[in-house]
This record gives sequence, C-alpha cells and structure tokens, in this order.
Amino acid sequence: MSGSHAMIEIRGLRKDYGRVQALKGIDLTVPGGQLFAYLGPNGAGKSTTIRILTGLTRMSGGSASLGGFDIERDAIAAKRQFGVVQQYVNLDQELTVFENLDIHCRLFAMKKKARRERIDRLLAYVDMTDRASTLIKKLSGGLKRRVTIARALLHGPSILFLDEPTVGLDAAIRRRIWALIKKIQQEGTTIFLTTHHIEEAEFLAERVAFLDEGRIVALDTPNNLMARVGSWAIDLVEDSGMKTRYFSTREEADRFRAHGAFTMRRVNLEDAFLSLTGKKVGQ
Amino acid sequence: MITGCLAVYRREMLILKRRFKRQAAGQAVSPLLYLLTFGYAMGGELRFDGTRYLDFLLPGLVAMSSMTQAFAISTDINVARFYWHIFDEFQAAPISNASYVAGEVMAGISRALMSICITLGLGYLFGVRLHYPPIFWLTILLNSFLFASLAVALAMVVRNHADQSLLTNFVITPMAFLGGTFFPLDRLPVWLQKILGLLPLTHASTAIRAAALGRPVHVMSLVLLAVIGVVFFGMAYYCVNKARD
Repeated sequence: MSGSHAMIEIRGLRKDYGRVQALKGIDLTVPGGQLFAYLGPNGAGKSTTIRILTGLTRMSGGSASLGGFDIERDAIAAKRQFGVVQQYVNLDQELTVFENLDIHCRLFAMKKKARRERIDRLLAYVDMTDRASTLIKKLSGGLKRRVTIARALLHGPSILFLDEPTVGLDAAIRRRIWALIKKIQQEGTTIFLTTHHIEEAEFLAERVAFLDEGRIVALDTPNNLMARVGSWAIDLVEDSGMKTRYFSTREEADRFRAHGAFTMRRVNLEDAFLSLTGKKVGQ
Repeated sequence: MITGCLAVYRREMLILKRRFKRQAAGQAVSPLLYLLTFGYAMGGELRFDGTRYLDFLLPGLVAMSSMTQAFAISTDINVARFYWHIFDEFQAAPISNASYVAGEVMAGISRALMSICITLGLGYLFGVRLHYPPIFWLTILLNSFLFASLAVALAMVVRNHADQSLLTNFVITPMAFLGGTFFPLDRLPVWLQKILGLLPLTHASTAIRAAALGRPVHVMSLVLLAVIGVVFFGMAYYCVNKARD
C-alpha cells in the first residue's frame, strides 16, 4: 500500500458556487504513505476539497488524480483507491454494525469469504468485535466514528480521507481515534486529514497545508511551519487585547519574562497560522 | 454494474425487513379504508356495466398502490440523502449511476408488490374474486417500474423534504383520484377524458382492471407504460449525476 510516488495529485483545483470561489486553484502532491493534514478555519475549503476528490462534488476547474487515476476520466478506478470518513456519521441507523459493513463490501464487489474475513478483521482492529450485531442507533458517538473508520478500510484502500474525524468527540475518545489513525498510517496507508484542531495536526501530521479562503498559504512539516515564527511564545494582555510575542530561544523568552509575570509556552501551529493569515484556525 | 445494483437493493430490503410490520400495517390502511367506504358502505349494491363496484374498485386500488408505493421510495431516498447522508456512501463507491438507479427502482418495485399482495388479500376478505393472469402482473411491474424511476429522478431534483411533499401533493394525489381508480372515465366529458388519457395511471388501471375482469387488454397501454418507464429511468440516471453539488 505504501510508496514514495504521488498518491494524491491536485493541479489548479477550483470550485465556484455562483460568484463565491470556494477553492481558488489548489496545487498539491501527497506521496504514498504520508499522513498529510489540511488545516484551516471553517469555510476555508477543506471539506470541499475532500468532497471533490471523493466524487461527491463537481470541480469547476483543474484536475486531480488518486493513485494515478484521474477522478473525472477514470472515476470508478479512482474510487477504488480510497476510503473516506466524513465529518458526519453516514451510517444506516436502522441496520446493525455488521450489515452496514457488509453493504460497503458489496458495493466494492467483494466475494462472500473476503467480506466475512475483512469485516471480522476490521471489527477486531477497531476493538468492536462484540458489537457486530448491535444496531447503529444504539451506539455512542465515539463507537459510530470507529465503525465509519472500519468501513472506510474494508476494501483495503491505499488512501484514507478523514474529514474532521474527531469533531464532536470528547478529549479521551479523540485521543483513541488519533492512536487508531497513527496505526493505520504505520501500515502504509496514505492519509489525507482535514481538521481545525491544532493539536490533532501537530500530533498526527508529517506535512501540513494551511488553507485560507480557498488558497494554500503554506505547506511544510509542522516543525518547519512553527519555526517560521519562533520556538517560544509569551501571551500578553494589553489594552488593545491579547498579543503574543515570539522568541527564537528560551533564553530570549526568559529575559522578556523577567519584566513581568507572563506565561511562557512552546510555539504551536496556531501561532504559525495566525502569523500568516491574521486569523485563528478555530475561528 | 449488477453487483453495485444488488448492493443498493440489498440495503433497501434490509431496511424494509426491519420495518416490515409497521410498513405492512401502513400499506394496509388506505386500501382498507377505500374498500370500506367506497366499496362496501357506499357501493355494496352499485354496478358499472354489470360489474359489482367492489370488483371494479379493487383493480383500481391495485394500480393506485403500485403507483404510490413505488413512488414512496423517493421519501426514503430523501431521508437517506439529506438526513443520514447515506447517498454520499453510494456516490463515493465504485458503482455506476445506472447501478444506483436500478437498485433503487428494484426496491420501489418490491415495495409496490408487497402492497399489492396486501391489497389483494384485503380484497379477498371482502369477497372479491378476480383473475390474475400474467398480463395483470406484467402491467403492475411496468407501472411500478415507471413510478419508481420517476421517484428516483424527482428525489435527486428536490432540495429538501418539503419539496418532496409538494411533488406528492401535486403529482401523485391528483393522479390517484383521476386515473380511473374509483370511477370509469367514460362518464366524464370527452375533453377531460382526453386529458386524463395522458396519465400513465389511467392506462395502468384500465389494463389491470381489464386483465382482472377477464377482458382483453390494450397492448398499446403496456407499450406506453414501458416507453414512459424507460424515459423516466433515463431521467433518473441523468438526475443522479446532476445531484453532485
């Protein structure tokens, strides 16, 4: 499943909704096996990108390919390359966990034996073997999310799209989902993650794109993006509001802190995003 | 194409299985009320051209049920699309639009057949004894195919649940009452007969009634139902592709 060749290639991708330009020409390459995060505030165009790549939304211009297959010209072959976890739970509430997974296998034309084996394996993978015959409507939000992740992996995709996979989940369940995502990536799957949780991108991603108003404004490793603003930060409350000062070294920050009782912290991706766009990711 | 179509169909059938009791009860209510009020209480002794009104009414109810129940798939598609977002799962799967439409249409036909069995069972309890030759079932299949295809097409066009109700109110309900279900159309003014002759349900109820009463069936009615059905299936195929935003 892994490799260093490009698994996701996007060139000049545009999406217009009437006069509103949701995507203004996205260029992006994600190599095989990488965990790539697409970070931006609500409305930046993150979900629109995933919807286009997964065939739910038509593009207005540009091109994209998944595993070497053009998403418009070779749509069916391109769809075999990926699994997708939407930010909303799109499971049949009146069906059981097993039935939901079985329908997915059938949509991918999997044979009976393979279906049974993969479902058993994926249920064990997400630690839900004992829930196979439970109706979806009787599961908690975290368990439903795990079913959607298991479903997305059933057909052994090379690419996994995760659109805000932990939205609406509490901190403990979020961490459990993160561990699962790491595990999936370590087995060679290319992961394309959208999020507006800073700590999610920092914890998981090998490479991050900052998306703002339909454009990629920065693309690099989390460490390089953070290094652009410094290593240490001190937040100050001034008459005009909260201000942050950045420092390259801890010594510089300590010297500044000596002038008052300030709290010092490590620079994070929020700082990098803020310095580039003037906005917070969570806005 | 076939595996995708069967996967979509299987999902609908699993849901139908889970809802079977309430679905069957719901499908029995309308024909039971129509048989009681129009056929039994009001028209027990009424005859049209020598035919008992109950014998006249039941084939009409069969035609109407095949239309309304096949069309009702549109509501389920809407719930799956706007509320549960299941439609996204189908759109992201490696299946063709034709597979999706065929699966949903087959589900609509299955629902229609289930309601027709219920209607015929109720008719039997009311003492109605009719003929059910192959052409009777063929007409039902064509009518269900036509309205299930229309249901998929319209379910893709509407933007919310309220629009769906409007379509049912303006398209299905008038047809149910004016398509030869409850009374013979030859009692109406000629100009109105000509207009109502354009409705698919008029052809379906006329053909189903003729078959059930052992009379000759106009082949042209069946051809017309088949042609309109294919056109609606094509529309549904086109609309599924357009449903991508």
